[in-house]
Amino acid sequence: MIMSFRMALRSIGANKLRAMLTMLGIIIGVAALVVLVSLVSGATTSVTDAVSSIANDLLTVTISDDKGNPVRLDDLDKWVQEMKTVSGMAPTASASVTGKYGADNATFTLYGTTPSYYEIEGLQLALGRFLNRADVENNTRVCIINNRAAVNLIGYVDCVGQELSFNGMKFTVVGVLSESENMVSTMSSGRMSAYIPYTSLMRLSSTVTEDLTGFVVSSSSNASMDETEEAITKLLKDRFEEDEDAFSVDSMNIMEGAMSSITSILSILLGGIAGISLVVGGIGIMNIMLVTVTERTREIGIRKAIGANRGTILLQFLMEAVVLCMLGCGIGIFLSWVILKVAAVVASSLSMRFTLNGTVVLISVVFCFLIGIVFGLYPANKAAKMKPIDALHYGG
Amino acid sequence: MIELREISKVYQIGDERVHALNHVNLHVYPHEFVSIIGPSGSGKSSLMNIIGCLDTADAGLYCLDGVPIEDYSEKQLAKVRNEKIGFVFQNFNLIAKMSAEENVELPLVYQKVKRAERQKRVKDALERVGLTKRAKHLPTELSGGQQQRVAIARALVTRPSLILADEPTGNLDSHTTEDIMQIFRELHEQGNTIVLITHDNEVAEQGKRIIHIRDGKLTEVQR
Repeated sequence: MIMSFRMALRSIGANKLRAMLTMLGIIIGVAALVVLVSLVSGATTSVTDAVSSIANDLLTVTISDDKGNPVRLDDLDKWVQEMKTVSGMAPTASASVTGKYGADNATFTLYGTTPSYYEIEGLQLALGRFLNRADVENNTRVCIINNRAAVNLIGYVDCVGQELSFNGMKFTVVGVLSESENMVSTMSSGRMSAYIPYTSLMRLSSTVTEDLTGFVVSSSSNASMDETEEAITKLLKDRFEEDEDAFSVDSMNIMEGAMSSITSILSILLGGIAGISLVVGGIGIMNIMLVTVTERTREIGIRKAIGANRGTILLQFLMEAVVLCMLGCGIGIFLSWVILKVAAVVASSLSMRFTLNGTVVLISVVFCFLIGIVFGLYPANKAAKMKPIDALHYGG
Repeated sequence: MIELREISKVYQIGDERVHALNHVNLHVYPHEFVSIIGPSGSGKSSLMNIIGCLDTADAGLYCLDGVPIEDYSEKQLAKVRNEKIGFVFQNFNLIAKMSAEENVELPLVYQKVKRAERQKRVKDALERVGLTKRAKHLPTELSGGQQQRVAIARALVTRPSLILADEPTGNLDSHTTEDIMQIFRELHEQGNTIVLITHDNEVAEQGKRIIHIRDGKLTEVQR
């Protein structure tokens, strides 16, 4: 076994250029497989991390038909007290308005809510404060604006105390959110937005009334998302005459689930394409092994004459094919390691980490081994089947 | 030692059936030096292939060391070739990519002999043909005579019952021929059984027994 391994290394070494060209198929196949799958899984990891970091315990409730029994702000307070699985609830309503600072105009998304919203959504303040209870009770005209609004409309971040007007109503800035770092809020941070008391939004917008059309719920740390979702659903069903179509409860888990199924499909797809190129590489190896067997017919004859049996010859050529494949695999993995290092440097600004995916490395090693066996078997068997006298007198 | 009884080998060439060996009987006893001489096409090679277990006869009985060979499997034939027969060919048949030493070692590798033992026996065999100094050379770096000596060393190294030489001097000049024949004489004196196949009378004369082969039939030459 060891001997045939050495023989294989030797005969590959005797024809380096050919071996290299033969291995190229496998090298490219392996590199493609490892790099593509690693990239996808790297991207998946950072996206999923981002999603779950902000919204792991968040439920969004939308009410479409209140059946004459609308949910009010007081109801939310009562429910938070009553339900053990819930740690916070906050109304959500939004309106698109024109924000004005001095002579400058900009389109804003206004969110009307309550103080709990801050915790539930996992917002972060850079300066000032968020809404408080008194703001909501007295419908004061205060707002918290996001970083983009501060920079683009007012011109600087430290703008607490400045006055903005939304659709003509003056609001005082009491807080500025920090520039978001996670990916999901990056998606929405392109817009200018401001948070004001729910009650203030009621005065500003005709569509927002004290009957809530939506609110967010955060699950308490000792309850699972599913438990909370169940409890909320039960509560609302009781309230809305057992009509499941009157409301909907969505969790971010669904988003997460969808995302991970998309990326796993992507992984399989790309992996499959790379796998095909590996198979093509295997055919290249088979081709060259057939040529080698023909070229070395005489050597096979000699070996048989001095006592090599079928198994020995088979093992020798099979070993050669497998060693060729495994060498190609090793080079391919090394190459993909280099590519991923480069990609990591290039993509470091995107806050994505690309690392060699251990599973796919293992899969490609096993796959290469199998390819070596499968595509080596036919040529090796052809060599082993030769009759000693025929082989010995071949070509001379 | 070798016992051939009524051995026949028939080839089909086109429509014609050629009797390469026609009911051949031959006895070779241990420690004999037998020359088999005949012109080309006389069935020499067929005989050699059968004695060397490279091929099997169509009819008849072949006993090597008292063991009938005819219904051996591929694997068993390989084992017989490996352990009982040492081949020396006209065109040397060394493996070009391996050094002299490795060529000699190869049959022992197939016998699964341990490494230390292998090296000792390779060294002995090369010493017997006077090639110790050339052990690391590739066949292409050796002269014809030297290559043939490597081949003889390879045949010797397994301590076979029989050394089978097929025109061992066919590709060599007369001076080298004499050298090689000297080695065969020495091997014979040391007690090896040798069967030498040739078309050269002078070479055949070296044998203690000479057998003519013509049209697939053997005749003993009385001296």
